[in-house]
Amino acid sequence: MNEQPQKNGVLVDVDGVEKVFHRGSEDIHVLSDLHLKVPQGEFLALMGPSGSGKSTLLNLIGGLDRPTRGSVSIAGEHVNELSDRQLAAWRARHIGFVFQLYNLLPVLTAERNVELPLLLTHLSKAERKQHVATALGVVGLSHRTKHHPRQLSGGEQQRVGIARAIVTDPTLLLCDEPTGDLDRKAGDEILDLLQALNRQHGKTIIMVTHDPHASARAGRTVYLNKGQLSDEPVK
Amino acid sequence: MLNWLNQVFCVTLFNLRTIPERKGAVTAAAVGIAGVVAVFVGVLSIAAGFRAAMSVKGARDVAIVLRSGADTEMTSGLSREETRLVADTPGVARNADGPLLSAELFVIINLPKRATGTDANVPFRGVEKAGLAVRGDIKIVKGRRFEPGKNEVIVGTGAARAFAGVDVGETIRLGQNVWQVVGQFAGGGGSAESELWTDAVVLQGAYGRGDSFQSVYARLTSARAFDEFKRALTSNPRLKVKVERQGDFLAEQSSMLTTFIENFGVFIAAMMALGALFGALNTMYSGIAARTREIATLRALGFGAGPVVISVMLESLALALVGGTVGALAAYLAFDGYKAATINWQTFSQIAFAFAVTPELLVSAILWAVTIGLIGGLFPAIRAARMPIAAALREL
Ligand SMILES: Nc1ncnc2c1ncn2[C@@H]1O[C@H](COP(=O)(O)OP(=O)(O)OP(=O)(O)O)[C@@H](O)[C@H]1O
Ligand SMILES: [Mg+2]
Repeated sequence: MNEQPQKNGVLVDVDGVEKVFHRGSEDIHVLSDLHLKVPQGEFLALMGPSGSGKSTLLNLIGGLDRPTRGSVSIAGEHVNELSDRQLAAWRARHIGFVFQLYNLLPVLTAERNVELPLLLTHLSKAERKQHVATALGVVGLSHRTKHHPRQLSGGEQQRVGIARAIVTDPTLLLCDEPTGDLDRKAGDEILDLLQALNRQHGKTIIMVTHDPHASARAGRTVYLNKGQLSDEPVK
Repeated sequence: MLNWLNQVFCVTLFNLRTIPERKGAVTAAAVGIAGVVAVFVGVLSIAAGFRAAMSVKGARDVAIVLRSGADTEMTSGLSREETRLVADTPGVARNADGPLLSAELFVIINLPKRATGTDANVPFRGVEKAGLAVRGDIKIVKGRRFEPGKNEVIVGTGAARAFAGVDVGETIRLGQNVWQVVGQFAGGGGSAESELWTDAVVLQGAYGRGDSFQSVYARLTSARAFDEFKRALTSNPRLKVKVERQGDFLAEQSSMLTTFIENFGVFIAAMMALGALFGALNTMYSGIAARTREIATLRALGFGAGPVVISVMLESLALALVGGTVGALAAYLAFDGYKAATINWQTFSQIAFAFAVTPELLVSAILWAVTIGLIGGLFPAIRAARMPIAAALREL
């Protein structure tokens, strides 16, 4: 396993981050002087109105985008100082993404989808197979390994998505509305799974959601509004 | 490195597997490339076949003598006296009947084409007794040789195929004269098979050429004797002639036409290639647009930009190779050995030849396809790699 900062040390440190998008001649200020610290082992929910910049913040933490100003450091690594190539390798090692629309590759079977991040490691074929089996076991899909995404329900696809996110045992799990496209029952199963990953496997999770029912499962909830975070929902 | 190859392999496999979802566009692009290759091979096989028809194998020991300053037999002229001097030059092979040498002349006659019934120019050549032996590779395939002193002709197989009324046993009426077709011959190199041959003396009489000739064909004792033979002739103060090996002469005779056909072929292929290139670009661009979210997902998981570029290029290359191979194969089946006749504008006579799809031609055609594939993949690949991941993930 990766060396991890000691329990309850700060894993994610977002410091004075500003994000401005340019659309034509217009500047869109999405985040301004935003601060966020997430301790190791926390399950954090991130809420806020649509368009408030939740996905943007998650992408900055996951190294998919760079802040206009300020810094993002994960486990002591200043992510915005890495080159594109280093950043890709860093993502492969440290981040597991779970997407609202699962983002599975339709042409690959469940087990091939889960195997994808392992192709970026030095694991042998046999070791990869082992890891894939473990991850699919954790999400309870050991019996559907050979199925293609279109043969699976939404909830099952999202479980494959979670298996893919955890198969490399990443430092941090980032979920962007993981239950946003699922019905209550399937959503609850996904939340059970995330909760178990956090409680039993010690995974640090940041989850964007619109659903108070989902954020209730998290250890802490923060609210994003007008580019800033607060601990209280906006009235 | 292994890791990197793994990424390339995986992304390429993923790309190729999505082809069935885009078969319309992919097929159109491949067909475009196949078309380019087919046209390229088709047109250039004409030039290759033409060149093959014009250059004779083993003719390095046959020399042709013309008046100096003449580029073709038509513009040349030699007296009997001069041809005798050539015959006495060292280096000329001999047999029991004397020197292996033929003083020749030709006239252009009109014969109706089999295909259209319209008249076309045909060379009618007068050769001396040794004329057939000089070339070495001439075979009478039907009938017999003409007899000296008689109005008898033998017809080249190409001419027999292209023109009406020249089968063995038929007679040809030309002006005051009637000629009996007594045989058909093959070989002779160059345009010989597209000609009619008779006795030189008879032809001189029929066309009022007095005792003059236009060229001398001489078999040399060996290919190496050429330099000596040439030196002896050009340094003879009583002669003003130029000497060439027959193979070189024939290749030169056809250079204008082969070059034209080649340029024309390359031009047409280039125009079509431009079209096919846009087809390939379009297919690859839309293929990538359709896969934006998948590619962004792979990048989010940590796949590098390099493997994305390489795999898009590989996909485009695969498409081009399939198209190119199909096109080359189709051209080969359609054109190789296809018999045709055309005008050689340097002698204004009909040349019969067969299209030749040579291995070199196929290789360069595939290279064209590969080039189209690489360029067609490059820009879309760069776009795919440059795509900002966060923005691409927002797309549905
Ligand atoms: N790549 C981009 N270019 C321009 N504008 C962008 C880009 N990404 C996001 N934005 C803008 O930034 C703002 C925040 O977008 P973001 O997706 O982070 O919101 P969100 O809180 O996740 O919304 P939702 O709840 O609808 O998912 C929006 O106004 C959006 O239009
Ligand atoms: Mg969002």
